[in-house]
Amino acid sequence: MKVYFTHHDMYIHIYIYIYIYIRAQVVGWPPVRSFRKNMLAVQKSSTDQGSTEKVPGGNATCVKVSMVGAPYLRKVDLKNYNSYHELSDALGKMLSSFTIGNCGGSHGTKDFLNESRLVDLLNGTDYVPTYEDKDGDWMLVGDVPWDMFVESCKRLRIMKGTEATGLAPRAMEKCKNRSFK
Amino acid sequence: MLRKASSFPEEMLEHVLSFITSDKDRNAVSLVCKSWYEIERWCRKRIFVGNCYAVRPEMVIRRFPELRSVELKGKPHFADFDLVPDGWGGCVYPWIAALATAYPLLEEIKLKRMVVSDESLEVIAKSFKNFKVLVLSSCEGFSTDGLAAVAANCRNLRGLDLRESEVDDPSGQWLSRFPDSFTSLASLNISCLGAEVSFSALERLVGRCPDLKTLRLNHAVPLDKLANLLRGAPQLVELGTGAYSAELQPDVFSNLAGAFSGCKELRSLSGFWNVFPGYLPAVYPVCSGLTSLNLRDANIQGADLIKLVSQCRSLQRLWVLDYIEDIGLEELAACCKDLTELRVFPSDPYGAEPNVSLTERGLVSVSEGCPKLQSVLYFCRQMTNAALVTIAKNSPRMTCFRLCIIEPRAPDYQTLQPLDLGFGAIVENCKDLRRLSLSGLLTDRVFEYIGTYAKKLEMLSVAFAGDSDLGLHHVLSGCEKLCKLEIRDCPFGDNALLANAAKLETMRSLWMSSCSVSFRACKLLGQKMPRLNVEVIDERGPPDLRPENCPVEKLYIYRTIAGPRFDMPGFVWTMNGDSV
Repeated sequence: MKVYFTHHDMYIHIYIYIYIYIRAQVVGWPPVRSFRKNMLAVQKSSTDQGSTEKVPGGNATCVKVSMVGAPYLRKVDLKNYNSYHELSDALGKMLSSFTIGNCGGSHGTKDFLNESRLVDLLNGTDYVPTYEDKDGDWMLVGDVPWDMFVESCKRLRIMKGTEATGLAPRAMEKCKNRSFK
Repeated sequence: MLRKASSFPEEMLEHVLSFITSDKDRNAVSLVCKSWYEIERWCRKRIFVGNCYAVRPEMVIRRFPELRSVELKGKPHFADFDLVPDGWGGCVYPWIAALATAYPLLEEIKLKRMVVSDESLEVIAKSFKNFKVLVLSSCEGFSTDGLAAVAANCRNLRGLDLRESEVDDPSGQWLSRFPDSFTSLASLNISCLGAEVSFSALERLVGRCPDLKTLRLNHAVPLDKLANLLRGAPQLVELGTGAYSAELQPDVFSNLAGAFSGCKELRSLSGFWNVFPGYLPAVYPVCSGLTSLNLRDANIQGADLIKLVSQCRSLQRLWVLDYIEDIGLEELAACCKDLTELRVFPSDPYGAEPNVSLTERGLVSVSEGCPKLQSVLYFCRQMTNAALVTIAKNSPRMTCFRLCIIEPRAPDYQTLQPLDLGFGAIVENCKDLRRLSLSGLLTDRVFEYIGTYAKKLEMLSVAFAGDSDLGLHHVLSGCEKLCKLEIRDCPFGDNALLANAAKLETMRSLWMSSCSVSFRACKLLGQKMPRLNVEVIDERGPPDLRPENCPVEKLYIYRTIAGPRFDMPGFVWTMNGDSV
């Protein structure tokens, strides 16, 4: 990028920074597979830290989202969100796109999420978002500070309220014992 | 003549047809006359469906009752770059269910960019007694539970290839589900799996399958175990290593080098995650016989990389990261005269500044030194028209040219001109060009060249290019063999699309995202062309809540005899005469 220094150079600096910022947000460019993004993240981290073994996905923030009744898994990049609120909006949008589908065969073909169930979705009455952390434990989403969540979340699973009740006590215990930064 | 055709013995024609395997030839045979159509359809064994929504499974089954091999593709190519929202479609289950009932003797299923559930895999595992080959390329939606079902039930499995698929793998135990009596495996590709697989199960499996020719491991298989595997399978032709690092210990090294030396048939290598360069010399014994080397996941740099590549004098295909730099490509050009395919991937695609010295000069060297070069995929940060013209002159036999200049709309860095002339030279000189991907600063001019010269072009990928509808019009009206066109972030709108509506029925598909096609034009197109599915993909909500002249977010148009599909998620609308 050429920078022309004129008496407007301050404005040009600002435009350049905005340009860089906007460019960094372009989805899918350069055309490298996101599958590869995680691989590259692993390579860089291991060469930086000098360690020789690393599990892919350890540093990358793309996590799978699975849901009861859904015939397939989806994925989100946690880096794209700054708060639980943003994440729950995105999950809501993603899950509202379930229609009466034929995939998966014997799964309930009437698993249609309408408005009111969506509202219940992340309020915890019908469905509960949970996640698997680095230690392999299943935790309720929202219990720890956002940054800590992004750091430790390996995968997300939207469970039915009844499935998730067993989680609450363990999650609470773990939180109490954790030291918050 | 007609009398002669009908008195030709059916059995003889069938016998002749058994030698004709290419889909295009088979399709041509079926158009000769009604009796040839009938004879051909009864003896067709393999089918390729380039778009799973172009036809319904029942239609395939009705026409071809004796299939043994089915290949399907689902999502459009740009799904690889996150441009197709999750949930769009491409679910394979309806196909699997139909195939299970119709073809109990089915042997092969090959899927690309499809959503495959564990349930689908279970149906496959239990429905086809003679099932031999499963290829899941860039698929998703399944876990190792599905793989376990395949392992446990497919007694005659010869190939299991999961290339680039996203697999949920909570358990590495699925490999142990292959029974001890199972020995028919010839090809296994698990390189995409994230978690560890049971190594002892893997070792036993490899040891008892004498026909195993292809073995692509995942990163979790440690280097010190690789030698054992190789000794159990010295007949391997294609190998993908796991993580290629360990503490440098002389006995581990000599064990590994010895094991590699024993693999006299090895022609293809890949893998090489987390390379510890001290172990690279262990593969030197096999380098001279290699025809294919895939280092796209390898963090090998500098002299180590050049040394490795320059020993592979028989190389035909090289995939590598841009750590190879111009200097490495010069060496490649000097050493590997049989090179036909080169892919150079970016090690740091999102960095603002170049981290390596890889420029247009590297590609020019290769085009100069490698007269058989036919297929190029090249990521770089600068390019000139002069370089492209030189490459075009050096490589008239190029069939696939994909250039990605990382900065969108980057001009010729020396003249600051658009790269129209450079790409124009490519399409003019490379008369057999079938696939082209453009990048850099481009005006409508480049599309004029493409429409004029690229008469054999089948697939074109365009991003951040062009000035007006004229660009799109040149391509649609000029490229006679165009099959797939994918466009993003270009100022192409309604006029070119509507004026060339008939062309769209001669193509497999057209993808346009972040362009200027209005909702009104989409509706018109849908009404005018009943044999096209015009899908508007818009995550902002229903397009009829916005003004009609508002551009749609994404548009996917494909020809189909299946009519509109019924498995669309909430953010996809099909434009049809009645549903609009």
